[in-house]
Amino acid sequence: MQTSLKKRLEIIIEMPAVPRLESVLEKAGVKGWTVLPAKSGRGKNGSWAREGQITEAGRMVMVLAVIDPAVLDTVLERVYALLERQIGIVMVSDVQVVRAERF
Amino acid sequence: MDIFTLAEANLISPPILFFVLGLIAAFVRSDLSIPEAIAKALSLYLVMAIGFKGGAEMAVGDLNWSVGGAILSGIVLSALLPVLGFGLLMLTTKVGRIDAAAIAAHYGSISIVTFIAASDAARFLETPGEGFMVAVAAAMEAPAIVTALILAGSAARASNGGEGHAESRLSVLKEIAANGSIVLLIGAFFIGWMTGPRGMTAVAPFFNDIFRGVLCLFLLDMGLVAGRGLLRNWRVLKPGVIGFGLYMPLIGALAGLGTGLLAGLDAGSLGLLMTLAASASYIAVPAALRLALPEARPAISLTLALGITFPFNLVAGIPLYFWIARLVTGTGG
Repeated sequence: MQTSLKKRLEIIIEMPAVPRLESVLEKAGVKGWTVLPAKSGRGKNGSWAREGQITEAGRMVMVLAVIDPAVLDTVLERVYALLERQIGIVMVSDVQVVRAERF
Repeated sequence: MDIFTLAEANLISPPILFFVLGLIAAFVRSDLSIPEAIAKALSLYLVMAIGFKGGAEMAVGDLNWSVGGAILSGIVLSALLPVLGFGLLMLTTKVGRIDAAAIAAHYGSISIVTFIAASDAARFLETPGEGFMVAVAAAMEAPAIVTALILAGSAARASNGGEGHAESRLSVLKEIAANGSIVLLIGAFFIGWMTGPRGMTAVAPFFNDIFRGVLCLFLLDMGLVAGRGLLRNWRVLKPGVIGFGLYMPLIGALAGLGTGLLAGLDAGSLGLLMTLAASASYIAVPAALRLALPEARPAISLTLALGITFPFNLVAGIPLYFWIARLVTGTGG
């Protein structure tokens, strides 16, 4: 089957910042993404768990997007401008996809 | 009723005992848990019930100047308490300006769950307070956040060498205004007000009869959440910060007492205003501050508000505030 090289963008971010990130992705031309709940973890600011939170404020999610390599720098610049001050992790990796026209 | 009888009546009540059970279950690392969706539904039910009942009571009462006075008292308290809290934190602890601004913001705003528990205790003590206190609670959410954003702005400018983030304030305020709990509280209040006693009669089995049972289940979950939060993050709370979590509610309650007396509130309403001023937000403010002041460490402010101040108010604060309110208004003591 024919596959194409794309970039897989994974962003782990605080729940309250998700609407802003989605707006940035949309304006940067990203065609689609998926928001996944994160259960628990540990980072620079200590450990956290979805279960022990009374509101969404302390919850983390992962935003997963597959994008065209040509727009990667533009997307990363805009994402960085938003996430510069927030708790979060941004990861980029190569990925092979089918139906390349969708990304 | 003396303070010991009042404290005993509060402590030996099912909601408080279920909260303590939740704390104990968390501390012994029990796997007891309330499913997330059910906890969310319980929270919505309680906010809806307290809003509706307040509105229904408002419909049968007189709409007079004391309503405006009480709401104004609440707004003033909410706007000024963060300034006091910020100053005290800077003077008495080693937390940085940004964390101090974030913590102070929590203590200016209110905890709707503490208010619900206090309303239940007030009814139990036969000094229920006026229905319009629900409107006061709603009015006290936003001013604190505005003050907090100003404090946060100055703290951010101080840390960034003059670079503020004022551009985010409007969007943050929009997000606060649309907070689900606030929308539901105000909406249910107006529905209760519009439908009055007839509306109350129609929904009494749902909003009255099962209220305390639902409160017990919700406070069990709150005990679990507060206890597990403390277990996870107790290391970030230094003695000075823990002290703030215990004395700031008392300062807030005293400020509430003063403004409430000026507004001419009755004993029940005064006790509720003191409780509101003593409580610390852990719903609306944390979400707003994660956007407006992301450099602040939420582990400190949330653990302090939920793990220290909330249990303190629930177990010791509420009976103390109502005892003082009854004493100064001559209702009992």
